[in-house]
Order: sequence, then structure tokens, then C-alpha cells
Amino acid sequence: MSSNVITASVGQTEARPWVDELHQWLTTVDHKRLGILYILSALLFLMIGGVEALIIRIQLMHSHNNFVSPEVFNRMFTMHGTTMIFFVAMPVLFGFANYLVPLMIGARDMAFPRLNAFSFWLSFLGGLLLYFSFLGGSGLYGAGNAPDVGWWSYAPLGARAFSPGHSSDYWTLALLVSGFGSIGTAINIIATILCLRCPGMKINRMPLLVWMNLVMAGMVLLAITPLSAAQIMLLIDRYLGGHFFDTQAGGSAVLWMHFFWIFGHPEVYVLIIPCFAFMSEIIPVFSRKPIFGYPVMVAATVCIGFVSMSVWAHHMFTIGMNSYANSFFTLTTMAVGVPTGIKIFNWIGTMWGGRIQLKTPMLFSIGFLFQFLIAGLTGIMMAASPFDWQLSLSYFVVAHFHYVIVGGILFALFAAFYYWYPKMTGRMLSERLGKWHFWLFLIGFHLTFDVMHIPGILGMPRRIYTYEPGRGWDTLNFIISIGAFIQALAILVFVANLVISYFKGARAGNDPWDAWTLEWSISSPPPAYNFATVPAVASRRPLWDLKHPEDPDSRYE
Amino acid sequence: MGSTLTNPFGTALALFRSKLGGNSRAVFWCLNHDKKLVERCPPSQKRLKSNGKRQMLARRTKSTLRGGWRIALLWSASASALWALKPDSASGRGTNIFSPASTPAKSISDLSAFVLVITGIIFLVVFALLFYSVVRFRARASDGGREPAQVYGSMQIELAWTIIPILIVVVLFLATARVIHAIQDAPEPPGALDVIVIGHQYWWEFRYPKLGIVTANELHIPVSDLDHSTPTFLRLLSADTDHSFWVPELAGKTDLIPNHPNRMWMDPQREGVFLGQCAQYCGTQHAKMLLRVSVDRAEDFSAWVRAQQKPAVEDPSAIAGRRVFEQNACMNCHAVGGTPADGRFGPDLTHLMSRATIAAGAAENTHDNLRLWIQNPSAIKPGSLMPAMKLSDADLDAVVSYMETLR
Amino acid sequence: MACLIIAESAIFTIFVVAYLFYLGKSTTGPKPSEVLETPIFYTICLLSSSLTIHLAAKCLARGIGFAFLGFWLLTIALGGLFLYGTAMEWHRLIYEHGLTISTNLFGTTYYSLVGLHAFHVTAGLIMLAIVAVFGLAGRVGIKQSGRIEVLSMYWHFVDAVWVVVFTVVYVLGR
Repeated sequence: MSSNVITASVGQTEARPWVDELHQWLTTVDHKRLGILYILSALLFLMIGGVEALIIRIQLMHSHNNFVSPEVFNRMFTMHGTTMIFFVAMPVLFGFANYLVPLMIGARDMAFPRLNAFSFWLSFLGGLLLYFSFLGGSGLYGAGNAPDVGWWSYAPLGARAFSPGHSSDYWTLALLVSGFGSIGTAINIIATILCLRCPGMKINRMPLLVWMNLVMAGMVLLAITPLSAAQIMLLIDRYLGGHFFDTQAGGSAVLWMHFFWIFGHPEVYVLIIPCFAFMSEIIPVFSRKPIFGYPVMVAATVCIGFVSMSVWAHHMFTIGMNSYANSFFTLTTMAVGVPTGIKIFNWIGTMWGGRIQLKTPMLFSIGFLFQFLIAGLTGIMMAASPFDWQLSLSYFVVAHFHYVIVGGILFALFAAFYYWYPKMTGRMLSERLGKWHFWLFLIGFHLTFDVMHIPGILGMPRRIYTYEPGRGWDTLNFIISIGAFIQALAILVFVANLVISYFKGARAGNDPWDAWTLEWSISSPPPAYNFATVPAVASRRPLWDLKHPEDPDSRYE
Repeated sequence: MGSTLTNPFGTALALFRSKLGGNSRAVFWCLNHDKKLVERCPPSQKRLKSNGKRQMLARRTKSTLRGGWRIALLWSASASALWALKPDSASGRGTNIFSPASTPAKSISDLSAFVLVITGIIFLVVFALLFYSVVRFRARASDGGREPAQVYGSMQIELAWTIIPILIVVVLFLATARVIHAIQDAPEPPGALDVIVIGHQYWWEFRYPKLGIVTANELHIPVSDLDHSTPTFLRLLSADTDHSFWVPELAGKTDLIPNHPNRMWMDPQREGVFLGQCAQYCGTQHAKMLLRVSVDRAEDFSAWVRAQQKPAVEDPSAIAGRRVFEQNACMNCHAVGGTPADGRFGPDLTHLMSRATIAAGAAENTHDNLRLWIQNPSAIKPGSLMPAMKLSDADLDAVVSYMETLR
Repeated sequence: MACLIIAESAIFTIFVVAYLFYLGKSTTGPKPSEVLETPIFYTICLLSSSLTIHLAAKCLARGIGFAFLGFWLLTIALGGLFLYGTAMEWHRLIYEHGLTISTNLFGTTYYSLVGLHAFHVTAGLIMLAIVAVFGLAGRVGIKQSGRIEVLSMYWHFVDAVWVVVFTVVYVLGR
């Protein structure tokens, strides 16, 4: 084990012309570079999606506001949703998976490096296609327009009759193309994990991050494909005159809903499971204890993977399914809370009796636990389908899923950024700016999304560009908008931190956090081939064994 | 995985108790107890243990203060929640899902309160655990950089926090299933009022098949009481895209989907005007597809029905306006009972003046608004499918005065 | 490849579900029972091509180069015959019965499902043809056996899908 700790700097030191450098980045098949490209493209789209969110919030600041027209508003929330899910959350998580999985299992690259590059560029092309709609949405003649049919594009609103021009075509194509990219990446992750583990890395010794990414990739295969199929059908409808979702010719709007949500709900878990993975690596390291209940964590993840494939119709409680279907999906949805709860308990169990170091990654992790708890509980409320008949399609739902996606996924991602940035760049992120970022974002987040539950209870539906005065929604919306701007400020602090620390940050060294998984055994940033000699492991925490030869984990497993 | 417990059942029981009563102290005790049994730490660390405990006590006050933001947060959240739950629909303008006026809304509200209490308890327990572990187990300078005891897990505890949530889920599910059944499978009594609701892009069409009434945007239904229930059963259809019928104080929402008729019912026990609106995104003007339900006393309702059943008033003074109406495109989309105008693309105008609003609630039904609406609908509702009629001023005035005779 | 097949199966599942869901829901004619004829011969072609590709892969693993090539070309021929069969059927449907993809729900679902399958057969044939070119050039030996196995797995999958499509469209659907 000790033989593979590389200390020598292997990067080429002489300056190369930037064109060469750029060319290398654009043609790379190295999993680390592709990981970083994924993350950078996601950050770019995060900025764009964030601006769209701010436009939405300015428009809703008070009743009868005229900041943007209803058409623009509808485009903004469509683009915001689509961008954030498909071109921010998915790529950034794939980026981390790409970067970390091979390092953590002691592999030199992904199983199919060229497929990996192909998948990334497909996803990125998807994003470009989506945004090209702003120019070419109505066929490049006049000013184009972006899709305005909502991020789930319910039939028949997405059909030719109600969405003329090409804007919805760009939406469909973007999702189809990036979906194929996602499928490629998922296949790659699975093959890598199953075939390229280093000697001694038995399947029950893999770090939890690897386990959870394996489950995530499996779910991508089963979840993205229905979406792709549905998109193909929609394209057939729009271009070949098909009738899949053409309600005038007997087509069914409900079928689209089913297809979309068979994708849509597992998708939520595709996004959250890698975040569970970050938590399962970060919380132990900063609590200085191994994860509590490793086998149970694995079992719970697999269990979530399976159960989440059978909960999709809880997005459709209001469409008039019969009472048995409603009861069934109520039960499965509540049931998925059980393994999720187990995870939360296990993380708390990990912290229990530890020595918790409140560095920025851990702060974000604690924020994640707190917010994910609330998000889960509001989820239980909406799982009770009668309650959902009131809450669904209202601002309560918007608050709920932003609690999951921002309070959960984004907080976990920030934790991951602060934790692995040193490995990726060789520099530490500034703790001082990190704390500013954390507190600002936390305050902004709670201001926005705690308050956002209330208009939902007071009957405010989502996706409305304006509302009547006197319904008690004005003040609340004003507070929500203020919070949104505080969050935007926090994101700026974060980006500043990323940039400043890249040039001025303290040198990280191999293992700044005194962590236990294989990626910390090599230099930061790692050399192109990762491991000079392929490591061999004897337990779940190879570096713990290395650092504590008198009391190694391998003795207890 | 070296974890053995001397008293697994005791742990589980204590955990269970703490879940039910919110007595989390028991859990702390168990986990501490548990840790002692399963920990394996270097001998040097064991010696320092009692020392660390004393210092911990001294520091507790400080750490509690540091955690104060969470408590403050919790406070503000619950305070705002309480504020939200205060029924303020007495003014007739606000809506709140927790001030139900009809049986479906009432049973949903009751179920919701039950779910809120259960989830609230779960929140308090888990939050207390999280809060305690962050405060209690923070790294301190006095630790001297030593690693804590390495605990790998405990099957017994895992089992406890698997089984208890399962029990909670079962309870919640049973309570929910009862309400689902009670609302969805309620039989339609013979005396019930039938209304067909048709969602159009940005307005509502209401048809009373047994009474022969067609109206728009403002639904009139009779008040019901628990002894003599006169519920209204709605059949929900859509003419174009998906919509959703939502009047929070009368019932949960149900979607209007083309080719997929739905059903919902309500038996309001309070008179008054209840506000709602389309909840399913249906296109550009989804925001201004407002809805009002007027719950009338029985005699008021029958009076309204009699008035609506009449054909349009023929007022000779408005004959010029009527001619403009019938010679322009108006009559292709709008119907006026008893005249050749029988379009169905837009709202029925036979008794336009009996409605308080125009453009699906987007504006008050006044002379000026009516005039503006006909001249330039985008000024009130941009993206509405009503075209700007580009009438001369004289024609415009004539049409408006014709409209004003349609009571 | 196994993962790809899982993903592909999911796509086909969705199309099959759509087909079944819309069975008999067309608002206008023609109905499937009026126009569809069961393509027994072409089905036998496709299914036997599964056998020949299996034999080809086996021969390659044993190092019998010319037998491999023979079976391989036979597979391509059978696959091509199947595609021809599909093409003829579509020709008949379009020109005799006037059934196109936009005629009614049956047309939409039928052409998408069968078309999706035909697309996979085409993709498979292209890959088979590339291998055949290499084989004729004498570049395919025991070393490539693993890859040939993977390709034959894909071909088996395409066949298996046809069994499902056949059952759904020509047996259940009529």
C-alpha cells in the first residue's frame, strides 16, 4: 500500500502555448479532465439558470408587476427548470462521479475513455441546443424564442397545435441528445465499477461513494430511457404527424404524464443519491469516525433505487386516478421515506461520539442534513394524496422540491466542492470566504424557501406570472425575492472563492483533510495515470490502515 | 463489524419510547451506553475520557449560544407558519387550505393536521439528535488531535430505526387511505346538482345539463348542510390543454385533461364567494385563469337559475350594437341565447351582466373595462385568445351598450 | 453491452406499452386486423439468423476462419431478407391500404414500434457488414473473438425484441 504514494510532481512544468493547452482540454479522454469539464459546464449553466430564477423572482416581487411579459416569464421558468435539472445537476454530479470513481477504486481511467468524452460532448451539445432556441426558436427568421411549455411539457401543450414554431423541438432534441450522453456515462460508470477495481477492493469494501454512484448509474439506465422514448414519440408527433399525444385524434395526455414521471421521479433520486454519496464520505472524515452501519447504508441505497422506480405517479395525484392507484402510490411514496430516514440516522450515528471539525465542507453537510430532513418531511405530507390534492401544483410543492434540490443537492455539492477542490487543483479553497458563502447562502435559502411554503397553503398556484393583490401573497413573495438575491450574492462569493483560490490558495498537499480513501494517497492534482503502481487494499479505509498500522481496519472486517 | 450489545431490546425499547414521547434523553443514554461497549480506542484515550467530560460541561453554554441561530430559525419558521394558519378568509379575499368550507376540504384539512403533527414530532426528535450531536461532539483544542473511538455500527440500533419508521408509515398510510376512499368513492346522491366544467385556454365554461344553463368563470352552487346535503358534482373536461380546478376552501384540486373526464364534488356549508384559479400550467395566460364559486342560499340559487334560463334580453335601444356584434367576428366565438350568435370558442354572453368580472376574473365587469377589453384585450390579459376587434369608436360604444343590456 | 441492452429494453418497453395502450383506440380506420398479415417467413429468417451468428461466433472461437465467414455472411443475408420483408410490408400498407404514420393511432404506434426495431436491425447489419469486410480482408481471428461475442449478443437481443414485437403486433394486436 505504501509503495504507491507519489510525491514527485509529474505535471509538465514548462509553459505551453495556450492553444495547445486548450486543444488538449477539448480532445481529452482523461476522466479527471472530463470530470472538470462537466463541472465547469455545469457552473456555467448554473449562472444562466440562476439569472433566470432572479428574473422570475423580480417579476413576482409584488402583485401585477410588469417586469417581464407573461410569454417571457413562461420561458424563464421552463428554461430555469430544464437547465437546472438537465444541464446543472446531472452534469455536475456526473463530473464528480467521473473524477472520483476511478480514483477511489484505484483505477487508471474509466472503462471506456472515448465513450466518456463522447458522452460529455453530447450532454454539452444538448445544453447548447437548448439555448440556441433563443435564436432559432421560431426558425431563425425573426427573433427566436425559447420553449415555454414548462419543464415537463405536458401533452398536449407540447404538441404542434399548442406550441408552434421550433422552440419545443429544441427542448425535445436537447433532452434527447443529453439523455443519450447520460446513458453513455451510466454504462461507463457501471462497467468501470464492476471491472476496474484494484486488487483487494471487494464489492463490500468499495467506498460508499462508489456504491451509490453504481446505484445511480443503474437508475439512469432505467429512468432516462423512458424519457428518451417519450421524446422520440413527441418528435414523431411533431415532425411525422403522429398521434401519440394528439388528443384530437384519440391520443392520450395521461400517457405522456406517465412516461415523463417514470423518468421524472427516479431522476430525483438519480440526483440525490450521489449527494448521499458525498455525505457518506465527508461526514465520516470530519467526524473522525467510519460511517455508521456501512452494510445498512448500501442496503438502504439499493432499496431506494428499487422503490423509487414505483412511486412516479405521486406526481399525478390530481389527474383523477382511481382510489386504489392513489392509495398504492401513497404507500410506496411513504415507504421510500424509510430507507431515506435510515440514512439520516446513520449519518447522525456517524457524528455521534466523533470529534466533529466544523470546517466549511462539514458546515454544508450539516446544512444538508437539516434541510434534507425538512424536505423529506414535507415530502411525506405530499405523499398523503388528499393533502397533495391541496398542495400539488402550488407554491408549497415549489418550496418542497427546491428544499430537496437547493437545500439538499446544492448544499451537498458545495460540501463536495470544498472537500475535493484541493484534490482537483492542488489548492485549498479559502475558509474565510467559505464561511461567508455558507452563512449568506443559508440565510438566503431559508428566507426564500421556508417562506415559500406559505403562499402554497394560501392557495397560490405555481407558474403564474402575476397575481391579484389582496390575497395575502404580496409580502411573502417580497421576502422570497429578497432571499433569492442573498443566495445570488452567496453564489458570487463562491465563484470568487473558486477563482481566487485557484491562484492564491494555500497548497493542499496530498491529503489535507487526513482522509481515508484512495484518492488522497496520490498527489493533488493527480497525475494523468492516477496510480504509478496499482494499489492493493485490505479494508474499506485503506489510508486509515496506512496511518494506523497498529490498529488497522482490516483487522475487524 | 464488531458490534455487540448486552441489551438490544432495551435499546430498541428506549428508542421507541423516545420516538413516541419525544424523550430523546433515553436515546442519548443508549447510544452512549452502546458506544462504550463497541468502542475500541487506544488505552491512552480511555484515560483522558473523564477529564474531557468536565471540560465539556464548562463549554456547553458557549456551544448552545452558537447553535442559537438554529433555534431562532425554528422559531421564525413556526411563527410564520402559525401566522399562515390563521384563517383570514373572513375578508372574502384570502384563501387558505386550513379554513375548509365543505366536506372534502374539511377531511383533507383534518388529515393534513394529523400528518403535520406526526411529521412535526419526527422533525423535533431528529433535529434534537442532530443538534445535540453537533454541539456535544464538536472537536475541541483539548482533544489534542486524537482520533475518537472508531465505531462501525450496530445492527440493533439499525433495526430500531428501521422498524419504527415502518410503523409510522403504516399508521399514516391507513389514515390517508381512509380519506382517499371517503372523498373519491363517495356515491352521488339523487338530489345532487350536476355541473360540467370545461377548461378552455384561460377561461372556464360551466354547463348545467339538467337545468339547461351555460355560463362562464363564475360558478353558482347551492349551500348544503350536513342534515340536508345538496352536494354539487362536477364533471371535468378540457377543450384544449390540461387545466386544474382548484378552490382551496371547497375541495382539493382535480385536473381537466382532454380525453380523460374527471369527477369531483363539494358540499359547501358556508355561503359566500370562494376564490380559486387554474392550477395546472395551461399556456401563456395561465396566471389569469381565475375562478370564483358563489355559494348561494337555496332561494337565491333558484332565483339565479330562473334568471339564467331565460334567453337574452332584447332591448331595442341596443339594436345597433347587436348588429355590430353579429356582423363582426364576435358571434363566431361567443353565444348569446335566443340570437343567431352561437359560437362556443369563447364564453357565453347571454347573461354577461350577471357576472362580477370579465376575462376570467382578470378585471371587474365595468363599462370602462368592458370597452378596453373589446378594443384591446392585451391591455388586460396579454396572450389571451380574444383578438383585438379594431372597431371604430362608434361601433365600440354600440357593442358595449349592447353587452350592458345582457343581464 | 449488457447495460446498453438493459437501456434499450427500457426504450422498447415504453414503445410496446404505448402500442398496447392505444390498441383499438384509433378514431378512424384502418384497423390492425384488416390490414396486417403475419410475416411468418421473415420471422423465421430473423430467428434463424440468431442461430447462424451463434455458430459463426463459435467457429471463430475454435479458429475455423472460413466457416465463421460463411455463417457470418449467411447471417447478414438473413437479416437483409428480414429488412426486405419489412420494407415490402410497409410498401403494401402505404400504397394498398393508405396507412401511414399520421393516418391514425394504429399507424403511429405500428410504424414507430416496427420502425424502431427495423432501425436496430439496420444498425446491427451495418456492424455485421463492417466485420464481414474485415473478415474478407482476413483481419478477423481468434483475438477478436470477444468482440464478436458482444456483437452477437446485440444481434440476439434484436431477435428477442422481434419475438416481443411479433407477439404484440401480430398475435395480441389483431
